[in-house]
Amino acid sequence: MKNTVILGALSVVALSAGMASADTLADVKARGELNCGVNVGLTGFGAPDANGNYQGFDVALCKAVAAAVLGDASKVKYLPTTGETRFTALASGEVDVLIRNSTWSFQRDTDLKFDFVAVNYYDGQGFMVKKDLGVSSAKELDGATVCIQTGTTTELNLADFFKANNMSYTPVNVADDSEGQRQYLAGACDVYTTDASGLAASRATLPDADNHIILPEIISKEPLGPLVRHGDNNWGDIIRWTYFALVAAEEYGVTSANVADMATSTNNPEIKRLLGAEGELGKMLGLDNEWAKRAIAASGNYGEIFEANIGSATPIKLARGLNALWTQGGLQYAPPFR
Amino acid sequence: MAFVQDAPKDSFRLGMLIYDTRYRAITIQVIVLTLFLLFLSWLVNNTIENLAAKDRSFDFGFLWQRAGYDINQTLISYTNDSTHFRAALVGLLNTLLAATVGCIVATILGVLVGVLRLSKNWLVGRMMTVYVEVLRNVPVLLWILLTMTILSETTPAPSDFRVTEAMIAAGEAPKATMMLWDTVAITNRGMNVPAPLVEHGLPRLELLGMSVNSNVLAFLVVLGGSLWVNSRIRGHARRVQEATGVRPVTWWKSLAVIVLPTVALLMALGFHLDIPTLTRFNFKGGTEILHSFTALTLALALYTSAFIAEIVRAGIMAISRGQSEAAFALGLRPGRTMSLVILPQALRVIIPPLISQYLNLTKNTSLAIAVSYMDLRGTLGGITLNQTGKELECMLLMMAIYLTLSLIISSVMNAFNRAVALKER
Repeated sequence: MKNTVILGALSVVALSAGMASADTLADVKARGELNCGVNVGLTGFGAPDANGNYQGFDVALCKAVAAAVLGDASKVKYLPTTGETRFTALASGEVDVLIRNSTWSFQRDTDLKFDFVAVNYYDGQGFMVKKDLGVSSAKELDGATVCIQTGTTTELNLADFFKANNMSYTPVNVADDSEGQRQYLAGACDVYTTDASGLAASRATLPDADNHIILPEIISKEPLGPLVRHGDNNWGDIIRWTYFALVAAEEYGVTSANVADMATSTNNPEIKRLLGAEGELGKMLGLDNEWAKRAIAASGNYGEIFEANIGSATPIKLARGLNALWTQGGLQYAPPFR
Repeated sequence: MAFVQDAPKDSFRLGMLIYDTRYRAITIQVIVLTLFLLFLSWLVNNTIENLAAKDRSFDFGFLWQRAGYDINQTLISYTNDSTHFRAALVGLLNTLLAATVGCIVATILGVLVGVLRLSKNWLVGRMMTVYVEVLRNVPVLLWILLTMTILSETTPAPSDFRVTEAMIAAGEAPKATMMLWDTVAITNRGMNVPAPLVEHGLPRLELLGMSVNSNVLAFLVVLGGSLWVNSRIRGHARRVQEATGVRPVTWWKSLAVIVLPTVALLMALGFHLDIPTLTRFNFKGGTEILHSFTALTLALALYTSAFIAEIVRAGIMAISRGQSEAAFALGLRPGRTMSLVILPQALRVIIPPLISQYLNLTKNTSLAIAVSYMDLRGTLGGITLNQTGKELECMLLMMAIYLTLSLIISSVMNAFNRAVALKER
C-alpha cells in the first residue's frame, strides 16, 4: 500500500513536469500567442491596471517580443508568477520567457538550467522603514523584524548582511509584494526589504508615502533581466536582441513615434540594418526583417519604456542611474547590429 | 444399470480465460494489474526522460549544503550556516508542534462541545449547535487568516510599550503595558513570555551529527526517572491495598520523589527566568510565541473541534439508553454517569473517526504559509525548494515525510483503539 501511494505521488509530480519542446519559436508561432511570465503585481514593473490589463516596465518587453515574433504586441498571455512559482513555471514550459524582475545569479544560470539573456534593470537590495522609527541607516537595524519575499535572492542577502554586521533579526517570510506591503503596514515587521526598485514601486502605492523612507544602503547587486530555458539558443537570441534593439533605438534616437519614418529617411547604416531597410538581420534570427521595427513601435525604445512606467514623471520616480545608456554614464549598452 | 459416464475431459482452451467463470475473475485482475504497472512505468519513464531533456539530475546531495536563510521559529538550534537538512528538520518540528498542540486543544474542545450539545438545557444545546455549524462550514484557510488578522490588528505594536522621558515628565502612561507583573507582553507580532534559563548549563551534546541541548535532556531524564519511581510506589500501594484492604498513604512520597530531584537539578544548573524587555524594535529575551503559530494552531483546533464534537455526540448517542438508566439506578449523578459509564463505552465508537480528524489536522498544518509560519512546507517545500531548484526531490521528500507522519499517527491511534476496544472472547 505504502509503495503504491509513493508511486502515485511520483506520477503526479511527473505529470506536472509536462513536456517542454526545444523549439520555442515554432511553438509560439503555432500557438499564435506568447506566454510571458510576469510579476503577480509590482506597480511599474508588471501589474494589472484598473481594467485588468497588465502594464509595466517588464510587461513592455513582453509586448516588444510578441510584436517582433508574432507581429502583434497584444498577442501575449500574461502568466502571473510569485517568487516561489516563477522558476518552476519556466522550467516546465508553462511560460516561454520569464520577464519578472528576477536576479541573474550563478546558480540560476547554471544549476537551475536557465539562460539570462540580458539585464534590463540594474538594481540592488534596499530597506524601507517607517519614518517615526528614527532609523537612518541599515546598520541600526539590530533586533528588527524584517518582511522578506520568500524564494528570492534577497532572502539570502539579508541573512548575509545581518551576519556580516553582527546583527540579529526576525524574518517574516511573505509570498509576494502585496502580502509584504500588507504585513509591513500592519506593523507585523519594522522593515520591508526587497530590490530598491521594488521598494520605490511599493512606496509609491502607499497612501502615506511620505511617512516611509528607503534607507541609503544598497546591500547587494541585483541585475534583473529576462530569462529563458537552457538549450534553445535561438529563442534566447530573439529575446536578447529584441531587448538590445530597444536599447540601440534609444541610442540612435529611434522612438515609437518616428520609427516608421526613420526606416526610410535615415542615412545611418546601423539604423537601417536595425530597422530592416538594409541587410537581413531578421532572417538570421528566424524572423522577418521588420522585427525590430515592430518591437520598437510596440511601446517605444528603452528610454521611453523606462520613463512611461517607472521614470521621474511616474509616482515611482526612479532615476535612470545605472540604467542610463553607456553614453550617459550608465550601464545599458547594446552590441553592434551587424 | 446405469451408464457411468466420464465427465467430459477438461482440456484447457484459451477461450476459457474469458468464458469460464472460474478463470474470468483472475484474467480481469491480471489485465488490470498489468495496465496499472504499465501506467506507472510510463510515469516513471516520463519523469526520467523529462529530467534528462532538461539536463537535470536527481539527487538529494543538496540537503547537506548550507541553507543560507533564517527561520523565525526554531525549536532546535539553527543558524543560516546550518544545512538544508537541518532547516527541513526545524520545519518538521514546527509542523509537529502545531499538530500536537492543535490535536490536544481540538480534542478537549471537541469533547466538551460534543457533550454539551446533548445537554437538556435548551440554550446550551443550541449554542453548541451554532458553534459546530459555523466552525465546520467555513473553509479552514479563512479561519486561519481571520485568527491571524484579529491577533495582529487588535494588539499594540511593540513601540506602544515604550515609556520615554518626555512621557514621564508629562505624566502620560504608555499606550500598552505588560501583563502578569510585567513578565508577559502581547504585541502585534507575538506573545513574549518568560523563558527558563540556566546559569551554568551542561555542554551541548553531539549526537548522530546533531547538537542536542543536554540541559533539557538531563531534565527529561531526571523527571522520567522520578515518574518511574513514583509508579513503583503507587504499584506497591495498590498491592498492599489488594492484600490488606488498607491503602498506605503515598502522597508525600510521590510529591517528594517527583519534586525534589528536579528541583535539585534545577538548583544545580542555576535555573532562573529570562523576562522579556523592550529593546529598540522588539521585546528581547524570554520566548516569543509568534502570532503565526497561535493563529494556525488555534484556527485548526477550533475548526477540527467542530468535527470532533459531532463524532463525540455520535459516540454518546450510540450507547444504549439503558446504560445511563442503569447508572442512575445505582445512584450515580449525571456527571459521573458520563465520565464513568458513557464515555468509556463511547470511546470505542469515537476513536476510529477521530483518527482521521487527527490526520486531517496534521495535514492541514501545511496551510501555515498563509500566515508565514515556517513549517515543513515553508522550509523544505518553500525556501529550500526555491533556493536549490530541486522541485522533484523536495516534493517527493515532503510527501514521504507527511505520509510517514500520517501512518505513524494512525498506527499509534489504532493501537490505542485496540486497547480500549471491547475484548471479545
